[in-house]
Amino acid sequence: MPLLRSPSKEPLWKDEFSMFTSDERYVTRRQFTKFLTLASLGMFVGNLWILAKAYFAKTPSFPSVVVGEVGEIPVRGVKLFAYPAPQDHCILIRTGQEEYVAYSQKCTHLACAVYFSAKDDRLECPCHQGFFSVRDGSVLQGPPPRPLPQITLERDGARLLAVGVKRS
Amino acid sequence: MAHLERSKQRRGLVAIDGAIAFIVILLIAQIWLLSATLETFLAGLAGAVLPAAIVSGVLFSGCLAVDLFVTRIDQESRKP
Repeated sequence: MPLLRSPSKEPLWKDEFSMFTSDERYVTRRQFTKFLTLASLGMFVGNLWILAKAYFAKTPSFPSVVVGEVGEIPVRGVKLFAYPAPQDHCILIRTGQEEYVAYSQKCTHLACAVYFSAKDDRLECPCHQGFFSVRDGSVLQGPPPRPLPQITLERDGARLLAVGVKRS
Repeated sequence: MAHLERSKQRRGLVAIDGAIAFIVILLIAQIWLLSATLETFLAGLAGAVLPAAIVSGVLFSGCLAVDLFVTRIDQESRKP
């Protein structure tokens, strides 16, 4: 292994445990460099692990769940529901006579529950003043790094159905 | 002769110090990349995972190249 091991005639222990002070400075630096390279390998393996997790992750399937009736809430009114799992809290907002939008209620910053501010026409996170657009869930202001996940709605007669979650 | 030897050793040490500084910069970039990738992945966005793994591999290759460079400088500087 000429790349990893010095091709000198000296045995390994003489290379690594030098008797001379001047040589010792080299040994400590070389060992430190090897440590840094191993740390870099660790980071690379971490990235590969994430890649493997993403590759083998199952595609989520979303159930079709009734979240309310048309006209059940007034214009600019809200209704809370859970989708797709009981612990995933969401907020349904009636933005117009025939317009409904729904978002995950979990702020993308630190998961505080967002609420709808009818006065300012936006979704607000009370923890760190993160504001989201009620039109598409995009971040208007504050620390949230991503838009709110949007719940895909469908209308089935007089019923409103949640049929999926859209992350952007 | 001893003076030349010392000068050669000093230059070797300077080169190795520079290489270590470079490797530290690469490592900082790689740490940031890993944390950003993990954050993105946990947020449910897997689009950046493959490019991040490739870039991380390139950074690791850079670190490995610098390590080999340090080993070579070490051998040359300590050669009697």
